[in-house]
Amino acid sequence: MSAAVSEQKDDQAAGRMAKALRESAFAGLVTAGLSFPILALRAEPDIRNQLQLQPRWSWLVTAVLLVASARFLALMLDTVRARALAAAGLLLCAFGFGSAWFSPLATASLIGGTILAGLICIGAGFFVDRSHIRKSGPGLLARFAASPAGQTLTSSGAWVGIGMLVAFPLVMLGWLGPAGSLKWINNYGVQILIFVMLGWGLNIVVGLAGLLDLGYVAFYAVGAYSYALLATTFGLSFWICLPLAGILAAFWGIMLGFPVLRLRGDYLALVTLAFGEIIYLVLINWVDLTNGEAGISSIPRVTFFGVTFYDEKGGFSDLFGLPYSPIYRTIFLFYLILFLALLTNFATLRLRRLPIGRAWEALREDEIACRSLGINTVNTKLTAFALGAMFGGFAGSFFAVRQGFVSPNSFTFIESATILSIVVLGGMGSQIGVALAAVVMIGGTELLRELDFLKQLFGQGFDPTQYRMLIFGLAMVVMMIFRPRGFISTRSPSIFLKERKAVSSEFVGQGSG
Amino acid sequence: MENFLQQLINGVTLGSIYGLIAIGYTMVYGIIGMINFAHGDVFMVSAFIAMLLFLAVTAFLGVSSLFLAFFIILIAGMILTSLWSWTIERIAYRPLRGSFRLAPLISAIGMSIFLANFVQVVQGPRNKPLPPMFNQVIQLTSGGEFDVTLAYKQIVIVAVTVVLLAVFWFVVQKTPLGRAQRACEQDRKMAALLGINVDRTISITFIIGAALASVAGVLYLVNYGVVSFSDGFIPGVKAFTAAVLGGIGSIPGAVLGGLLIGLVEVLWSAYVSSDYKNVAAFSILIIALIFMPSGLLGKPEIEKV
Amino acid sequence: MRWQTDPLLQVEHLTMRFGGLVAIDDLSFTAGRGDITALIGPNGAGKTTVFNCITGFYKPTEGRLAFARTGIAAPAGVDALTNTGARFAYEPSGDIYLLERMPDFEISAQARVARTFQNIRLFAGMTVLENLVVAQHNPLMQASGWTVMGLLGIGGYARRESEAVDKAKSWLDSIGLLERADDPAGDLPYGDQRRLEIIRAMCTDPVLLCLDEPAAGLNPRETAMLNELLLTIRDEHNTSLLLIEHDMAVVMQISDHVVVIDYGVKISDGTPEFVRNDPKVIAAYLGVSDEEVEQVESEIGADGGAR
Repeated sequence: MSAAVSEQKDDQAAGRMAKALRESAFAGLVTAGLSFPILALRAEPDIRNQLQLQPRWSWLVTAVLLVASARFLALMLDTVRARALAAAGLLLCAFGFGSAWFSPLATASLIGGTILAGLICIGAGFFVDRSHIRKSGPGLLARFAASPAGQTLTSSGAWVGIGMLVAFPLVMLGWLGPAGSLKWINNYGVQILIFVMLGWGLNIVVGLAGLLDLGYVAFYAVGAYSYALLATTFGLSFWICLPLAGILAAFWGIMLGFPVLRLRGDYLALVTLAFGEIIYLVLINWVDLTNGEAGISSIPRVTFFGVTFYDEKGGFSDLFGLPYSPIYRTIFLFYLILFLALLTNFATLRLRRLPIGRAWEALREDEIACRSLGINTVNTKLTAFALGAMFGGFAGSFFAVRQGFVSPNSFTFIESATILSIVVLGGMGSQIGVALAAVVMIGGTELLRELDFLKQLFGQGFDPTQYRMLIFGLAMVVMMIFRPRGFISTRSPSIFLKERKAVSSEFVGQGSG
Repeated sequence: MENFLQQLINGVTLGSIYGLIAIGYTMVYGIIGMINFAHGDVFMVSAFIAMLLFLAVTAFLGVSSLFLAFFIILIAGMILTSLWSWTIERIAYRPLRGSFRLAPLISAIGMSIFLANFVQVVQGPRNKPLPPMFNQVIQLTSGGEFDVTLAYKQIVIVAVTVVLLAVFWFVVQKTPLGRAQRACEQDRKMAALLGINVDRTISITFIIGAALASVAGVLYLVNYGVVSFSDGFIPGVKAFTAAVLGGIGSIPGAVLGGLLIGLVEVLWSAYVSSDYKNVAAFSILIIALIFMPSGLLGKPEIEKV
Repeated sequence: MRWQTDPLLQVEHLTMRFGGLVAIDDLSFTAGRGDITALIGPNGAGKTTVFNCITGFYKPTEGRLAFARTGIAAPAGVDALTNTGARFAYEPSGDIYLLERMPDFEISAQARVARTFQNIRLFAGMTVLENLVVAQHNPLMQASGWTVMGLLGIGGYARRESEAVDKAKSWLDSIGLLERADDPAGDLPYGDQRRLEIIRAMCTDPVLLCLDEPAAGLNPRETAMLNELLLTIRDEHNTSLLLIEHDMAVVMQISDHVVVIDYGVKISDGTPEFVRNDPKVIAAYLGVSDEEVEQVESEIGADGGAR
């Protein structure tokens, strides 16, 4: 009896192995087809501008082996954890072989070490998978959230988070000093917060009202150029320009909103995409106004309520008796964008509890039902467009005052796509989800800039920043496959009688506009 | 007048290319209601494949006949590009079928970003110029202030487009495959109940779309003689404009829309301003969507209450 | 007969064409104030199209839809209004609206004609309570100072909102759904969704409530509860009802007035008793051919009666 069972098990294992081998061979074959000729041959123009082919069959072989073994491991392993371990192992092995092949500096022990570590990782994956160390019940995060400590943290979570954000630049400054902390406050702090704010702004349009906008960057551009032009031509200060930029962007939002009101779904997405592109093309081509691709430079930089951050008499450092450092401007910018982002968040949370906010969400759920209840859907949509655009405009004028320079290249389709993916990945309508997604997407791509150590290994010709957008695009696909409804997929009701119960995503509408 | 005639010829040539790409958009949108954002980049990849194959065939294999080389890269390019499109559908779209509405769109945008940057990484950021092909011209008029010419490459482009469209039209209209496709367009669930393999039909739609885009890629290369990794986005959006203008879901509409967009672009550059030719194309997209959302040859949609 | 003496809604020569298809052909009928009027007919007879015209979702090809929100719609007054080209007139004798000239949301907001849908259209991802609060959008919007004052936290918005919640609570209580106020509307059983949609429409304080097949898919117990709710609405909330229904038990039990249409044409009009015995109606429902109808008619000497 038991012999029969174990025999059957062996049969199953053998069958599985055979199937995995077949599938991985197929995957390898497909990869070979995909890699030829785009990976296996490279064409570079020579001095006479004639293309010369350089064969790189090793790349093709590497890709085929990598994909085939990844496919094989994915089929042989059941749990996510085991697959993650195996993937890490595979990457380590690939790195080991890659450095053996390409790097002039790699030592035998480094190569051997990485490959060995990789193999151990893969082995560990198999061990984890077979040994049934599987948790049942909620994951670590869910269990933490349910614990008393977690409950207090989530209930006061917003304030804790804001407190941490306020402390962030000062902690960084104290820890790493002015020079060391600049990168962290600027590239991670300010950069992420800009996208948090843009995400929150777009969330009104896409997440709440369910209107798909692929040209949101246009309003960001309107805001940036408004400040740039108003400040350079009329010498207006940032604090006057900020509301003006917001109003102008909102005006453009309505201008866009009017014609597209009747459109639904993907058509709306396309018109907004086209609108964004038109704004971009106009910025490039209307040289008299925008100075074309060269952009507008020497935009007045941000001041501390009239006090500049330059190294001069009466400047910020001088006034407060501090040694001069550009870090103070950055820290001020950090607090400025933090303030603007929180303003956006506060306004959105408040709007959600007002009739207009409820009408947006009702619009996302069912436009026809809205009309049957006497809701003017035209005005409702226009307000969503206008307010979303206004926050985009605020963010834009912040961008201009931060950079001191604007050019059309900061406002390409990629930016719109990034902001939209932040909103979708966050979980449509969820403020905290959007903030999380901005940290992951923008923080993640910023982290990819830190891959410079690879340059030391693979030589100066190797440029890791090239891979940044490649990984970014791939990450968008992967994240959608694993979390199509985003990080926070439940909806929190705007009003309740007894208890605020989260609404599961299976009920929440997807918007038709 | 001569100038106008010349622009007309150029416009039809360019329009043929847009029309071929537009069919891929229109078919995919028709069958799964999704804007395949990566289609423009698949077209760009196909142009790279064609460029590399052309070099390989002429330099490595020493094929000297231009027509033979052209034929080889046309066929091989179609096969290889289809494989790309099939893989993309399999990996990035199929797992998301029936999922949240925006997920496939974001996935497609991600794929588009990936493809452009992948080609940039593996082939380098510089433009890839090829020596001119089919560069003889036929002089149509002479003696006027402007000589109207018809280049061989233009004849090749239009001829290839016409032949392929005829073959493709036959496949879609007359074969069981085309019938399955139309059934899936109408009602995917019902089609599945009637024994149509919906997944396979959708895969084949992607494959056909990619094959036609690959022809467009080859012809683009013939026409411009240069390709770069960033060449996918703008032609892609223009081709989608063409599909919308012609009536999304309608294959003759896609071709008609492509021709119109090609003509508008060329005439706008010639008579108004070449700086704003893309603005013209995008404005047409907006105007077409707003004033005739069902396009020139599409079916009108009545709001269901 | 109230629909003759005190008409609330007068449908005159309503015609709706979709391309070449004539969905409604020169249809005229009236609905009385305080009545439950049932619009019945076989599948595809054009009933929902009539509803869509009345509630503004379709623009009629031809015809007039005069609605007397208050008072009496004197024919002279309606004709005068028609000639001015305006959408409504506040006459001393009563407020008249020409529904065919108004966009859908204004019909609900100003003329106070509310409706439900054949395939329930709740805001599934919002809670039951939120659904009812959204229905009170227009008064709340005003209370929030068109968002501006509400955003700044001034004005009496909070008070108005809690009044709106109270109203929602009392409606929920009346259909026994108070316990489920914080659950998503999409999570309710089908019969509860039907009734929730009706009370959501009632939260807009309508003068006329149009119900598109309210009993479809309900079991006998739920149907009985529905009947009770509809009678309460008529008797205690001063709301007249116009309903499309296939369930003859509902139609015959609660309606005061029945209009029968087939192929977009009215074939009978009168009290439930009258319609029940009208041979044309019987023929239409049993699918008798036209010649036979004529034969039946000649045999019993009737030609449609109250037409």
